[in-house]
Amino acid sequence: MTAISDAWALTVRDLLRLWRQPWFIAIVLVQPVIWLLLFGELFQRVVDIPGFQGGDYKQYLVPGVLVMTAFFSSGWNGMSTIEDLERGVTDRLLVTPARRWPLIAGRLGQNAVQALIQSLVIVAMALAIGVSFDGGVLGMVMLVVAAVLLGTAFAALSNALALVARQEESLIGAVTFLQLPLTFLSTAFMQESLIPSWVATVADYNPVNWAIVAGREAVQSGTDWGTVFGYCGLLVAFALLCTMLATRAFRAYQAQV
Amino acid sequence: MIEARGLQKAYGDVRALDGLGFEVAGGTIFGLLGPNGAGKSTTVKILTTLARPDAGEATVAGHDVLREAARVRRSIGVVAQRSGVDRDLTGRENVKLQGHLQGMRGRELDRRVDELLEQFGLADAARRVARTYSGGMQRRLDIAMGLVHRPKVLFLDEPTTGLDPEVRAAMWREIERLKADEGLTILLTTHYMEEADRLASQLAIVDRGRVVAEGSPAELKSSLQGDAVHVELEGANVNGSVEAALRGVPGLREVMVAGRALHARVDDGARAVPGVLAALDSHSVPVATVTVARPSLDDVYLRYAGRSFAEADKNENKEEGE
Repeated sequence: MTAISDAWALTVRDLLRLWRQPWFIAIVLVQPVIWLLLFGELFQRVVDIPGFQGGDYKQYLVPGVLVMTAFFSSGWNGMSTIEDLERGVTDRLLVTPARRWPLIAGRLGQNAVQALIQSLVIVAMALAIGVSFDGGVLGMVMLVVAAVLLGTAFAALSNALALVARQEESLIGAVTFLQLPLTFLSTAFMQESLIPSWVATVADYNPVNWAIVAGREAVQSGTDWGTVFGYCGLLVAFALLCTMLATRAFRAYQAQV
Repeated sequence: MIEARGLQKAYGDVRALDGLGFEVAGGTIFGLLGPNGAGKSTTVKILTTLARPDAGEATVAGHDVLREAARVRRSIGVVAQRSGVDRDLTGRENVKLQGHLQGMRGRELDRRVDELLEQFGLADAARRVARTYSGGMQRRLDIAMGLVHRPKVLFLDEPTTGLDPEVRAAMWREIERLKADEGLTILLTTHYMEEADRLASQLAIVDRGRVVAEGSPAELKSSLQGDAVHVELEGANVNGSVEAALRGVPGLREVMVAGRALHARVDDGARAVPGVLAALDSHSVPVATVTVARPSLDDVYLRYAGRSFAEADKNENKEEGE
């Protein structure tokens, strides 16, 4: 109970910090809208490719952009941890009786709230430009859940890396190195039937694609819920694994203090 | 209240602690005095459960720092050398979160937070983010956070480094008050002689990861019998000519020459100076300045660490800067 309450207190702390950076909030909210509108316009003729199922590219694109947005912004979550390390905040937290996992869970809680709000902005924008969500409310909820789960996993990884590397440059390098390849080794922008088979094979093992497939399945008509919950289960397992890694990373940090 | 025995810690090839040990009685201010890089901060990190020693053991408030870390953490307040304040939170939010993580809740916590903000003169600034605080205010906030759960032992690691002289004096009064009013046991590390002299009832002088001398400031100073004579030479010591010159001066002890500085000890400084000057003059060693002083902690350090404090501090700073 104490640990859960600590995790919540630390989530509130990170949300307050976020709230006090209005420019950052503006970017976080505007960026996904730009992705959706820009990619929607840029690739609108994709539907003309023989073999593409469905007539509206924006309809296809929404789950991909939503998941990509959560994935991108979560990768930077560890930057707060590096700031805390530099400012001596981490050392202060580590000598309180608080358990280690709430120190990570607080970060992940803030990240989840941020990903949730970004997702809702995209859903609202999608509805505004005429995209229909055939899976109904449950479908929309599961799309957002898949994105938040993926974000949680990568936010935890980002924190683990922050505690091990302890340098902004290293984290920035690692995150930018992973972001675009993992996004494009997926079905975010192109249907599986139209991508090279090796990309499809890699995508099967790519958590970013798990979230995209689950989310897209959830919002289309005739949803196969087994697929949706199966991939979401995988994402839960992946997020837990990453959170454990991040919690263990405190040991690596303390070993060199 | 604090016991450390044979603490060892190395960072790669750098030996930070080399068998350091001391004991601190309850309700006192104990000072760890030494130049930068002597191992003071490493000691604090080990005693506050942040770092693990390679060897040795320690207990704080009756709990073993390795086997009962959680109990130690509940008994101690820590004010680290680097401020641990979250600059994006208000003063109040900072203290409150710290109290929460120490297991305090509800009205008890709110009351304690208000009390501390009042006590440390931060009540008016409580709703401003800590980014806007002056250095002295941030330091006071650090201490308020360290005290929120009413710890038995408070660790103050270089509490006045980087503060203005007036702010430093105010901080000294605050630390004295904490000991007197709240019966806290305080472990203070400092590389300011003055600070150790003024605040600590017991001192351990630390050099290169070991305690080289221990006692009250008065005891340490009186262990150096007689006055200190410091002579600054015009040029460097050539071929031991200084030592040769002083060999015949009666009553002169513990002669040390480092670069242009000559340190020695005599029973009566005023009477010995003419003899010292005459001896140097007869060996053609030109003198720039001479001072005679009652023993200070500087002299204590010089005696036990075998080098002058300022010199050690400078060297260590250079190493740290690399």
